[in-house]
Amino acid sequence: MPEHTLKRFEDELTSLKEKILAMGGLVEKAVRRSMKSVLQVDTSKAQKVIDRDRAINALEVEIDEMTRSMLALRQPAAGDLRLIIATIKIVTDLERSGDLAEGIAEAVLQSEENPLTHTSTIETLADLVIRQVKDALDAFARSDLDAALKCIERDKKVNKLYKAMQRENLTYMLEDPRQITAGLLASTIGKNLERIGDHAVNIAEMVIYMVKGHDVRHVDHKTAAAILSGELDED
Amino acid sequence: MATDMKNKLTIRGLKLWYGDFEALHGIDLDILAGKVTAFIGPSGCGKSTFLRCLNRMNDRIAGCRVEGDVLLEGNDIYAPDVDVVQLRTHIGMVFQKPNPFPKSIYENIAYAPRIHGMVQDGPDMDELVETALRKASIWDEVKDKLQQPGTALSGGQQQRLCIARTIAVQPDVILMDEPCSALDPIATAKIEELMDELKQEYTIVIVTHNMQQAARASDYTAYFYLGDLIEYGETSQIFTAPSNQRTEDYITGRFG
Ligand SMILES: Nc1ncnc2c1ncn2[C@@H]1O[C@H](COP(=O)(O)OP(=O)(O)O)[C@@H](O)[C@H]1O
Ligand SMILES: [Mg+2]
Repeated sequence: MPEHTLKRFEDELTSLKEKILAMGGLVEKAVRRSMKSVLQVDTSKAQKVIDRDRAINALEVEIDEMTRSMLALRQPAAGDLRLIIATIKIVTDLERSGDLAEGIAEAVLQSEENPLTHTSTIETLADLVIRQVKDALDAFARSDLDAALKCIERDKKVNKLYKAMQRENLTYMLEDPRQITAGLLASTIGKNLERIGDHAVNIAEMVIYMVKGHDVRHVDHKTAAAILSGELDED
Repeated sequence: MATDMKNKLTIRGLKLWYGDFEALHGIDLDILAGKVTAFIGPSGCGKSTFLRCLNRMNDRIAGCRVEGDVLLEGNDIYAPDVDVVQLRTHIGMVFQKPNPFPKSIYENIAYAPRIHGMVQDGPDMDELVETALRKASIWDEVKDKLQQPGTALSGGQQQRLCIARTIAVQPDVILMDEPCSALDPIATAKIEELMDELKQEYTIVIVTHNMQQAARASDYTAYFYLGDLIEYGETSQIFTAPSNQRTEDYITGRFG
């Protein structure tokens, strides 16, 4: 895209993107670190996740201020407008994801004495969700529609695995009452992971809107892919 | 596009030359009835030229030649038997600089209907003048001074007076060439609001160099560049997700 005639606006747009990516980086790290604290039963890591959430919240406020003033002062249109609208939504999804990672860390602190007993499914779930977050952020960074679609597609697997994990977990708890505390911890972690995945999907959908101007929310993945390849019109 | 929308003006393959210079390169465009359509584009791209083709205002320019079709509800406005004066009552024009006649406010409105023999002087004419001034949202401001000269009004009032004058002959289409460029923001807002009301009865086409005005006031937007129509669509689509990169560059200010 050619340079904006208003250099200052161009700089603002660039810095807005950078801020989102910085925030996304912090969120991704928080999710990874919260899972390390779970698996390694490491309360200092959990505490770090909680402490670092402040930086995520601060970025949210800063980005909101930027988008507000850009809307008021620059009257953005077309691609610029879509970037700003996408940013406004993405920032909320990132902030929530940060909170969910913090929730995982808090659960670790509260159940220090009763760590997880079965970790393999939750580990797989965490890997999938972290990849979703990464794909969503890559999609935003490079306006990469393939990455966005991958993130959205992966959600099916995540949901399936999450349900399986909760069922599995319930059996453990019913079989052995001593597993209940660990089971409840696993349930919280699983739920938070699954929600982080949902936020990643929201981000991916906003990236598609940002790049293509199509709203692919509330359509299934196949339809979304068809819309993007131009086979289908969304209305 | 919904089927209940009908074309007021249908333009096909419209080319225009000023002498050897081809200013329009074959424009196809449907202007929908009861909508406000905005023409945008960098200056010199042919917006005014194209607008003037829609009521044959270019006819009088020496060396100017037009090719292609302009149909008003299916009827060719360039057909040899068309009476241009009559045509301009159907398709009126409001200019950039307000240009009231050097006559009273009342006469500014009554003049053309009288000449066209639409209404006799007297109560009928009084009613016509009031109706036109009301439709142009200026009645309350001038009702007590109808005999004062139109030129004594403020710029914004003069422009609404000119709109009232256009309305007085009951046109189908009102063409406006940068009607607000000489007005302050409040007078501009009044004209924009007026356009929104007038489109209930008239089809409006406006040339504007102000993109925010096109965004605010129009239903459809056409982007012109160097004598070509680059993109035409619903204003909300053009300003959120234009399909042409050149349109995108222009409306996001990445032009030139
Ligand atoms: N009367 C004229 N004689 C010769 N060239 C003209 C005349 N009017 C306009 N042009 C040329 O035609 C092109 C389009 O002009 P115009 O329609 O006024 O553009 P816009 O309204 O988009 O600024 C320009 O290159 C302009 O110089
Ligand atoms: Mg012009």
